[in-house]
Amino acid sequence: MNSGMLRQMRPTFVYALLGVIFMFAAPSVLQLFTIINLTTAIALAVLALSLALIWGYGGILCFGQVAFFGLGAYVYTISAINFGGSTWAILMAVLVTSAFAAALGYFIFYGRVSDVYLGVITLTVTLIFFSLIRRTSGPEYKIGNALLGGFNGVSSPPINLPWNPTSFLFPEQVFYVAMAALILCYVFAGWLVNTKFGRVCVAIRENELRAELLGYDIRAYKLGIFTIGAGIAAIGGVLFCNGVGRITPDVFNLYNAALTIIWVIVGGRGTLIGPVGATFALFYLTSALGGQTVLNNNLVLGVILIIFVLLVPKGVAPTIIDWVNARRKKAPTRARRRRGSRAEGTQ
Amino acid sequence: MTRQRGDVVVETRDLCMHFGGVRAVDQVDFTLFDRELRCLIGPNGAGKSTFFKCLTGQLVPTSGEVLIRGQEMTGAEPFQVASLGVGIKTQVPNVFDGLSAEENIWLSARRWHGDARARVLTAETIERLKLGDIRRTLVGRLAHGQRQWVELGMVVAAEPWLVLLDEPAAGMTHEETYRTAELIEEINKTSALIVVEHDMQFIRMISRTVTLFHEGRILMQDTMEAISADKRAREVYLGHRA
Repeated sequence: MNSGMLRQMRPTFVYALLGVIFMFAAPSVLQLFTIINLTTAIALAVLALSLALIWGYGGILCFGQVAFFGLGAYVYTISAINFGGSTWAILMAVLVTSAFAAALGYFIFYGRVSDVYLGVITLTVTLIFFSLIRRTSGPEYKIGNALLGGFNGVSSPPINLPWNPTSFLFPEQVFYVAMAALILCYVFAGWLVNTKFGRVCVAIRENELRAELLGYDIRAYKLGIFTIGAGIAAIGGVLFCNGVGRITPDVFNLYNAALTIIWVIVGGRGTLIGPVGATFALFYLTSALGGQTVLNNNLVLGVILIIFVLLVPKGVAPTIIDWVNARRKKAPTRARRRRGSRAEGTQ
Repeated sequence: MTRQRGDVVVETRDLCMHFGGVRAVDQVDFTLFDRELRCLIGPNGAGKSTFFKCLTGQLVPTSGEVLIRGQEMTGAEPFQVASLGVGIKTQVPNVFDGLSAEENIWLSARRWHGDARARVLTAETIERLKLGDIRRTLVGRLAHGQRQWVELGMVVAAEPWLVLLDEPAAGMTHEETYRTAELIEEINKTSALIVVEHDMQFIRMISRTVTLFHEGRILMQDTMEAISADKRAREVYLGHRA
């Protein structure tokens, strides 16, 4: 890692540090109920982060990111029940999901399926999971010792200390794990987009033909970032079923698939912190709306989406960054000269 | 592989590209030698750009063969052609609009070199093409001529041994066209070039041998003077201009 990259990643480290502070401060300030709720929000934020990476930086509009999230949760749950511990189950969840994404992505990218069809295919895969798992309510649908449970889902064993299946983590400790996972995934993604691999992915997003004419095998790069994104989504899935305590096929429904897209649109494509922040904001907005009966929840979310698409099309984070940069430009300070040579860093 | 002047670097044999009933490229046998500078001309629809796209892997020819430095490249992916060390510039500028001019060029140099060397090459290319004033500007905000230059910068930064340019001077001012001609002469010192062009004045500035396309076939291949003097060539192309 050279000094240029460290400079590019400075905002990433700042946000990560804020995350660490929040991680240690929150349990002593907030009530346990809020902490448990937060764990779920964190899991969804990891999902949003994975889409922010592959859509915002890779230019791949995956309409079924939630499929990898749900698959990760199911693989974790089923493996944890069978293995009698969470250590290998977490690894299985990430590996199986990544392998599945790699196989799916191979046909999509090496078959040169265009963007719109990619969205359709990934959404279809998600809905196939939804229909399939809903129909597995009979006792004959079991994998090892784990009953799939149809639309009632499966209850997920909580995470335990590594290689120590008897010492389950308490909800508060699961919160620490979730927050640490989010921060690590965030820093990893922030690092990745600043590597050569990440810069080439951005180039492919900007212009596929040009990237290819420079001699980059765009199929391999797209497959790479798609697979990594799926792996991150699977980590989100593991956290999610730990936060909620069970996993049901509803995770694969159309509502959740669309919601993931909304988080990234509202937060802003081309940033990582934006979608993460938007997930928390919208999660709490939804919870708040759930407590009242005057307005329909989905109606409000729909209106928010329309407002953003029309008025803040770039999303919150890029709009703020543009605004700050425009102000800096007006004042001829040293700050301007110090700005990085690359057009966009990781925010 | 050591290269010598006189080696064949690009060869097509019986190359055909048909779109339905249209024979855009029809039985073209073409040869380019190392460090040669060849212009492809012809009226609209003569098949120059289609031929160009068959060479660069953007189109898969209906039949025939494309050989680059003796290697069979028919129907190869564009990145495979580029990976041989071929620099390609398309007709419509293909650049990374959301990135700075500097990073556009860095991405080209980085394909071939480590980070440190890529940066040196990027700085050199920016200096050579006089892009210093716009290096931090997003390419999407630049004027058409400047975008053409950024794309030329990407071609140059990769240090290619074969350069394929599709209408490099399109939409440029007279001054820019002149500078482009100079740059092409300079590139030609180390690499072979194929230039597809419309602008006759530009071709006179750079040309050695010119290949005239007409209705998908090569009508003649000679110096610009000879082509200007030829009656058939004047009829199909120059006649309605002169």
